[in-house]
Amino acid sequence: MATASAGFDLMANLPALQVAVPLIAAPVCIFLRGRNAPWAFALLISLFCLWASWTLLQSVLADGRISYHMGGWAPPVGIEYAVDKVNAFVLLIVSMISVIALPYARAAAVREVPLDKHHLFYTAWLLCLTGMLGITITGDAFNIFVFLEISSLSTYVLIASGRDPRALTASFNYLVLGTLGATFILIGVGLLYSVTGTLNIADLSNRLPEIADRRPVLAAAGFFTVGIALKAALFPAHFWLPNGYAYSPSPVAVFLSATATKVSIYLLLRVQFTLFGDVSIGEFALANTLLPFALIAFIVGSAAAIFQQDMKRMLAWSSIAQIGYMVTGIGLGSVEGVTAGIVHLFNHALMKAALFMCMGAVFLRAGGVRLIRFEGMGRRMPLTMFAFVMAGLSLIGVPLTVGFVSKWQLVLAALQTGPTGYFITAMIMASSLMAVIYVWRVVEVAYFRDPEPDAPRQEAPLMMLVPMYLLVIGCFWFGIDSEFTLGVARDAAEQLMGIGQ
Amino acid sequence: MTVETQILAAIFVPLAGMVLIGLTGRWPNLREAVTLLTATVNAINVWTILPVVLDGGRPMVAVLEIMPGLPLKFEIEPLGMMFAIIAATLWIVNSIYSIGYMRGNKEIRQTRFYACFALAISGAMGVAFAGNLLTLFIFYEVLTLSTYPLVTHKETEEARRGGRTYLGILIATSIGLQLPAIIWTYNLTGTMDFQPGGILIGHVQGLTAGLLLALYMYGIGKAALMPIHRWLPAAMVAPTPVSALLHAVAVVKAGVFTVIKVIVYVFGLDLISTEPSTNWLVYAAAITLTLASLIAMQQDNLKRRLAYSTVSQLSYVILGAALGVAMGVVGAGMHIAMHAAGKITLFFCAGAIYVAAHKTEISDMKGLGRVMPVTMFCFMIGALSVIGVPPLGGSWSKTLIMLGAADAGFQLMIGVLILSSLLNVAYLMPIPLRGFLFRPPGAKDGEPVKIHEAPVACLIAIVITSILCVVLFFAADHIHDMLLPITVGAAS
Repeated sequence: MATASAGFDLMANLPALQVAVPLIAAPVCIFLRGRNAPWAFALLISLFCLWASWTLLQSVLADGRISYHMGGWAPPVGIEYAVDKVNAFVLLIVSMISVIALPYARAAAVREVPLDKHHLFYTAWLLCLTGMLGITITGDAFNIFVFLEISSLSTYVLIASGRDPRALTASFNYLVLGTLGATFILIGVGLLYSVTGTLNIADLSNRLPEIADRRPVLAAAGFFTVGIALKAALFPAHFWLPNGYAYSPSPVAVFLSATATKVSIYLLLRVQFTLFGDVSIGEFALANTLLPFALIAFIVGSAAAIFQQDMKRMLAWSSIAQIGYMVTGIGLGSVEGVTAGIVHLFNHALMKAALFMCMGAVFLRAGGVRLIRFEGMGRRMPLTMFAFVMAGLSLIGVPLTVGFVSKWQLVLAALQTGPTGYFITAMIMASSLMAVIYVWRVVEVAYFRDPEPDAPRQEAPLMMLVPMYLLVIGCFWFGIDSEFTLGVARDAAEQLMGIGQ
Repeated sequence: MTVETQILAAIFVPLAGMVLIGLTGRWPNLREAVTLLTATVNAINVWTILPVVLDGGRPMVAVLEIMPGLPLKFEIEPLGMMFAIIAATLWIVNSIYSIGYMRGNKEIRQTRFYACFALAISGAMGVAFAGNLLTLFIFYEVLTLSTYPLVTHKETEEARRGGRTYLGILIATSIGLQLPAIIWTYNLTGTMDFQPGGILIGHVQGLTAGLLLALYMYGIGKAALMPIHRWLPAAMVAPTPVSALLHAVAVVKAGVFTVIKVIVYVFGLDLISTEPSTNWLVYAAAITLTLASLIAMQQDNLKRRLAYSTVSQLSYVILGAALGVAMGVVGAGMHIAMHAAGKITLFFCAGAIYVAAHKTEISDMKGLGRVMPVTMFCFMIGALSVIGVPPLGGSWSKTLIMLGAADAGFQLMIGVLILSSLLNVAYLMPIPLRGFLFRPPGAKDGEPVKIHEAPVACLIAIVITSILCVVLFFAADHIHDMLLPITVGAAS
């Protein structure tokens, strides 16, 4: 790895620094104490990551794929970091959410994380960031597994870092399923190595088409798909997610909901199209086999969300549904569909992070997020609840919000497939209607029931409101002008599908 | 100011009004002044666009492009112009009435009431001027959401239940049926624009055309075609000014306005008149208007009776448009204006009776005409206009729709319309007749009955709208000439 020396070129080494800086920063963070120093340090590092990913995206859009050779060892022997339009976009999402969520985390963690654990909390946060950036940027299959473990282990710590004892079982639950998923992915990597002798993804994608019908490759495809589905919480492998989000501290829910599953979806895209694009099962491409699960995911997810009493759990179930939308796009297997999937990565990150932030703010003031705690919140916390309504509209998919852009793109993609498309469209509409119901339950309680007589009007602190409103504005900004997001997503999709190259 | 700016002003003036109302909430007199001022400015603005449209101009302004090929844009054509004028003008009258009603009843949270009202008007303006299906859909939803707090205004359990029905049906139909219909149209034609002569011709035929029409007609829940009319009676828990302007004018008329827009500018009259699979709509509308009249007869609650009467009258408009001939469409468009004036008068009177006498049930209103002579007389004018008796506005539009039915070869429909007018007589006329002919139950023989009218602000509004019913009878030919160009491309 390149180190700071006389001839060090910052720009040329940016792909490595994108991951190395938070990785090295994490252990440093342990030595900081108090509630401000670790936080400020983590924020600083996140800002660097954001700058790095923004620069990388610009450079990729201008000059095309960047291939970075770790330590100067050329692939396929050495480890390659490959940045293209697909993962540069995901890198940006992950580091952006980290930057937006950290100021919020500072305000929420004071209440939800014991003071003597703050430095560990931010250390785990940085490690989690490292892992997710690493999974995204690396061009090496085994490297994916390594970074997956880094992000998973730190996620277990983050989920369990709050005061709620139920978080421990939720974290353990996730640990068991997450390890299972990681193991599956490792088996997949091993199988691929056994038949091709290489771990480099670009190299693999060149060799695999010739042997696409061989048993080990099929088995590897299966292991990869199931392993990633577990990490991405795709139905029916979603069991860890509702409790994991509901009982973790709210900044963790914000961070994970907006990034962790997104990175898994990115991985799914990579695996389905770059690696196993030519693998087919019967007459279906591998990606198509995901479609039924994705459809069930958004119907079941939305339906379950309606019946939740804990509003963080409700949002978690809604996430399962939203993951279903993304995978539906992937499952359609067309450029339009994949575009819809990728653009929804970004759009859903915006709205779900905003919604979980509202939950954290309510938790801070009301001490809980069961539906009954929202009584009169429209008057007690008007700004927070307004943000909830706005982000909720986006979740439903009302025009002028990002949710509409995603759904519109998805429906157009579905309709291209003919009669199946009508069925998928009907399912999407049904799921949107269910979203109306579960968002409206909160709105009705918050605005049309009176608060307890002595409950004061107590808005969330500014540190929470500013990030919240940044995201809400984003929900509308990119919903009104989708040129940037949709354009990048389409470029990425075309590149994944091997069109225009 | 250019016409393009004026179009945007029609959307933003009520919005600015909403903000100002919110800011001046602490001083009720100032707040009401803001409402009246905004309504007046808005009406003047809308009226001054009229000459441009009458000269054949179709001013258009595209605001922004949400996605490639998916712009948010406004374009004014005669029908939208008429709808905007109705809503903008009646907003002034209704604001005067609201002041009397809300203060007379000492209602809670009046600031929220006036603010949401302004927002709803902004939504109605957007619906009227929408240049494509997507823009129309957006403002249609703004109208739905902004009126929900008005429906649940009283915050009682009953109001909440009514509000839930209201919102549930309108949102479910619009997202579940209307949006898919819009997407389907876009998928077939590659455009969402309203174009004279329609965009669907050549793209759909046979059963598909009928099915797509059904998605639209039941998706436009605000038009209250049975069986999705339930939200309208449920919305009657709202304070009467809301029922008057929103559920006799802005909301329901936005529904039937959208119906006409879709039939004229999306399907095209050629397609509707030549494609037999779209004929079902004529019968569905005929069934709705007859059944709703029959149900109205059984209602003892005055506002509920008026609500079912509205359901019935809305189907006149749908029927007129569904005939697919020029005469029918013009009649349907005209009926939007005529029924608006008549029905708002009726609702105003119902509210006035509630404020002054605290009566809501028709059986309690015996002899009320002698206590509230002005109100009852105006009620009678409104009722006669809705029934369609000359010299009142409603007579022209009903005649035109019947002529249209004859043109289109639906002779049976003439019978249905005549029967329905008789039913209108049966459920509307007993109210003023019993009011004037009987003595009030408490009054002693031989003594004159003490007059106790509603607040003056209410009376002013009632008198204005009743006069309007008469004026519209004489202005009908102008409306006819204005609306005739929209039927270009019709098989007449």
